[in-house]
Amino acid sequence: MIGPALNAVIPVICVALAGLACLLAEAFRARDERMPIGGLGLIGLAGAGISAVLLWGRDATSFGVVRADEFGLFVTLVLIAVGILTIVYSSAVVERDHLPAGEYYALMLFALSGMMLMAVADDLLVIFLALEVFSLAVYVLTGLRRASAASTEGAFKYFLLGGFASAFFLYGVAFAFGLSGGTQLGVVARAVAAQSMMENPLWLVALGLLTVGFAFKVAVVPFHMWTPDAYEGAPTIVTGFMSTAVKAAAFAAFARVFLGALEPLREDWLPVLWGLALCTMVLGTVVGVVQTNLKRMLAYSSIAHGGYLLVALVAVSRTGASALAFYLLVYGITNLAAFALMALLGSEERPLDDVKDYTGLWYSRPVAASLMAVFLLSLGGFPPMAGFVAKWYVFAAAIESGQTLLAIVGVLTSVVSVYFYLRVVVAMFMTERADGDVPTSIAWLPAAALVVSAIALFYLGLLPAGLMEIAAASVSGLF
Amino acid sequence: MALGSLLSIVIALPLVGATLLLLVDGRREALVRNLALGVSLVEFAATLLVWANFDATSADFQMVQRVPWIPAFGIDYTVGVDGISLFLVVLTGFLTPIALLSTWQSVHKKVKAFCFFMLVLEGAMIGVFLSLDLFLFYLFWDAMLIPMYFLIGVWGYERRIYAAVKFMLYTMAGSVLMLIAIIALAGLHAESTGSYSFAYEQLLTLDVPGHLQLWFFLAFALAFAIKVPLFPFHTWLPDAHVEAPTAGSVILAGVLLKMGTYGLLRFAFPLFPDAAVYVAPYLALLAVIGIVYGALVAMVQPDMKKLVAYSSVSHLGFVVLGLATMNMQGMQGAVYQMLNHGVSTGALFLIVGMLSDRRHTRLISEFGGLKRVAPRLVAVFLIITLSSIGLPGLNGFIGEFLILLGAFRWNPWFAAVAASGVILSAVYMLWMFQRVNYGSVTNPKNQGMKDLTPREWAVLLPTVVMAIVMGVAPSVFLNPMKPALERVIARMAGAEPARVAWTRDAAPAVQTSSVSPRLRGAGE
Repeated sequence: MIGPALNAVIPVICVALAGLACLLAEAFRARDERMPIGGLGLIGLAGAGISAVLLWGRDATSFGVVRADEFGLFVTLVLIAVGILTIVYSSAVVERDHLPAGEYYALMLFALSGMMLMAVADDLLVIFLALEVFSLAVYVLTGLRRASAASTEGAFKYFLLGGFASAFFLYGVAFAFGLSGGTQLGVVARAVAAQSMMENPLWLVALGLLTVGFAFKVAVVPFHMWTPDAYEGAPTIVTGFMSTAVKAAAFAAFARVFLGALEPLREDWLPVLWGLALCTMVLGTVVGVVQTNLKRMLAYSSIAHGGYLLVALVAVSRTGASALAFYLLVYGITNLAAFALMALLGSEERPLDDVKDYTGLWYSRPVAASLMAVFLLSLGGFPPMAGFVAKWYVFAAAIESGQTLLAIVGVLTSVVSVYFYLRVVVAMFMTERADGDVPTSIAWLPAAALVVSAIALFYLGLLPAGLMEIAAASVSGLF
Repeated sequence: MALGSLLSIVIALPLVGATLLLLVDGRREALVRNLALGVSLVEFAATLLVWANFDATSADFQMVQRVPWIPAFGIDYTVGVDGISLFLVVLTGFLTPIALLSTWQSVHKKVKAFCFFMLVLEGAMIGVFLSLDLFLFYLFWDAMLIPMYFLIGVWGYERRIYAAVKFMLYTMAGSVLMLIAIIALAGLHAESTGSYSFAYEQLLTLDVPGHLQLWFFLAFALAFAIKVPLFPFHTWLPDAHVEAPTAGSVILAGVLLKMGTYGLLRFAFPLFPDAAVYVAPYLALLAVIGIVYGALVAMVQPDMKKLVAYSSVSHLGFVVLGLATMNMQGMQGAVYQMLNHGVSTGALFLIVGMLSDRRHTRLISEFGGLKRVAPRLVAVFLIITLSSIGLPGLNGFIGEFLILLGAFRWNPWFAAVAASGVILSAVYMLWMFQRVNYGSVTNPKNQGMKDLTPREWAVLLPTVVMAIVMGVAPSVFLNPMKPALERVIARMAGAEPARVAWTRDAAPAVQTSSVSPRLRGAGE
């Protein structure tokens, strides 16, 4: 019977099937027929969500290489939330900006299925497989606007450097295989535990190669070079998607590999990740300050947020891992909403990419400006929005593990980051627009999703205990 | 308990009012203004209700409400009031309707949002004063920046954006290190007892090692010193004050600055008594420098608003000096001076705002001889000026006198230098008053200046009444705060500054003598 063996991958299958359905629908669509292709994706994601909830607490495994433990499912649910929100936001953007709807939704769903597989993968090779599945889809999504030079350039850079990183990762997997005789995380863990560092320095090589692979995918300094260009070149809504979902998936696997199988080697990798986290926070915020292009600014901001997530990982504790999970969700909702708002307010002919494009937005579109302010201030870590609690959680975990210096750098860089978030707020609220140019109005469905996101941020900011408990419970299987 | 949730209502009322305000059509400005004023008046009544139910003989926190919030970290929603916070809450309730009423003529842009932010600000400020959980306190402390930022940045004067951003970044930069200290303190609690706690009274029982005390104290003190603002952390204040709209300045000077001194008194001193006693002379030194420096800079300001802003630096220096004495006179004077400063400087900003509404300038040189054209306004101006200088019979005198008394008992040198600040304040205030109001009307633009309107009477009269009441009947205010202050002083008297060190290795062994000689007898 193959049924039970597939349990752990049911959410992945749901989304992959939805992606196929999108392709088919596109194939059968007459030239000018309007077809709600995104709806198919929503159905698939809803199915994935339901099955993920049903799998909760069962610790299902498939083929010995996929393990749907609570942590994996938590991240899966984060990805599903990001996916659903992205599709809802996209519904108003895709046709308006003449993006090819069938390809767009299909690629997005394939990417999501790869990410979800990555979240539950229990085998280095499956992680690599998942990495490639979503990376290829995201490369194409980045370059989806074929007429735009920036889009193509971003995609090309992303592809080339991503290819390198994948190779590094695969090479690391090969070393791990050679040293332990298997790619399953359990096998690797046993091998690591059995032999001490002194006996085989090749582990260092494997460790380094895997670190490079992951660091590239989560855009950690100095492996972040592709990020600003890819983020700026990609269609804005895609930027929102890749800055949140890719990070969530990659960090899930990052945490699973380093906190789980490679945990005994922490003496070796901890100083490295510590330094990476420090550089990422500092560089992401400091360079963010000088940006005038909002997309680029938010690109650096998400690099900085990658640094905070890395701090949670470097804490190497249950608190740290649950802070990571909590942060991924909050950051996912917020960052996606900020990019979506940019995409929704702009248009293909008149993209609102620059900070000065937002001048006086409050006077022409008060609700949109207020929502943007909520999202940006939450990213900056202001209470009572969830961004504050998320950062607090990360820093509390760092201090608990004795990483006080990282926490101090973290809070100081958040102050710096507030400066550039405030620049947008200043433009929107405190300067008035001379030409009376009013940005595009937002359709009701994405508008509702934005409002729901904002309410969720306030809710999680004021009553975070429930989600914190779920996050804390979900990471118990990691260690 | 019937009053169990009164404090929560006091915190929530302005926030709920602000939310309701969002539902009103923004074009109906009169309705919005009246609604906001109504909410703030009800809120004032609620704060008075807290006072009415307050037991003045008790040093404990009263009307305490505790609800588990984030159990995993021992974070509770805990609010309570004692003699220290009581009057600051009442002051907030008192000043907000006045500030709102003062905007009738001066704010015309986005009235609804203005009222919204004012009410949110009020709720957050009261939350700061009533929080007895450090997480909750920090939440309000940080959240309060957002409405103030918007008030300065949207409705302020020419350089408002610069001032707003500077205000935000300065205060935030100071407070994030406090956040680290708060988390580390809760972590210390977890180390010694096995579970996290952010509860204020729980953390008071913790024995913090000397070297950590110093670092924690400095982290807290930095946040509060920036807010106060203590010299040399004051540079944000003139910008923020001058650029803020009148109502914003009133709240900023009247309430926001007190959060710094309140934080020192409530959190930094009692939580880290050894370090506080160790650092107190340096704090006092900065305070005294601030008193003289603020006064000297105020003297040469051509802009009335800037003059009042720098006078705040000087006045708040007195408050910090009073706190640093750690004896009853000094501390009572300090808390009293916080209230005085709220009333008199609030009123001064209102008057400057009225003049600037009439003439669209705040330069002293533009005025002159106002006594002839607007005698009532000048009369009120005079009373408030004298109250700010500290004329006996008005409120300022009591506070400054007590502080100087306390300082003299502690260290006569500080008292001597600080006393010069009293003289200097008379110089800059009276000189300004004279140039603005006396002589003949030199500037023809001032000829037709209107005197106080009924609305402006309603704004200023309460502050004048309070200046007199607090001047002649100080015991009404001083008695309820006494038990709570005694508790703090007793705690400080038990401090051992000798334990304090910069590093763990330098920390001397814990001494057994419980009272440091310097403070012996301080808590009588």
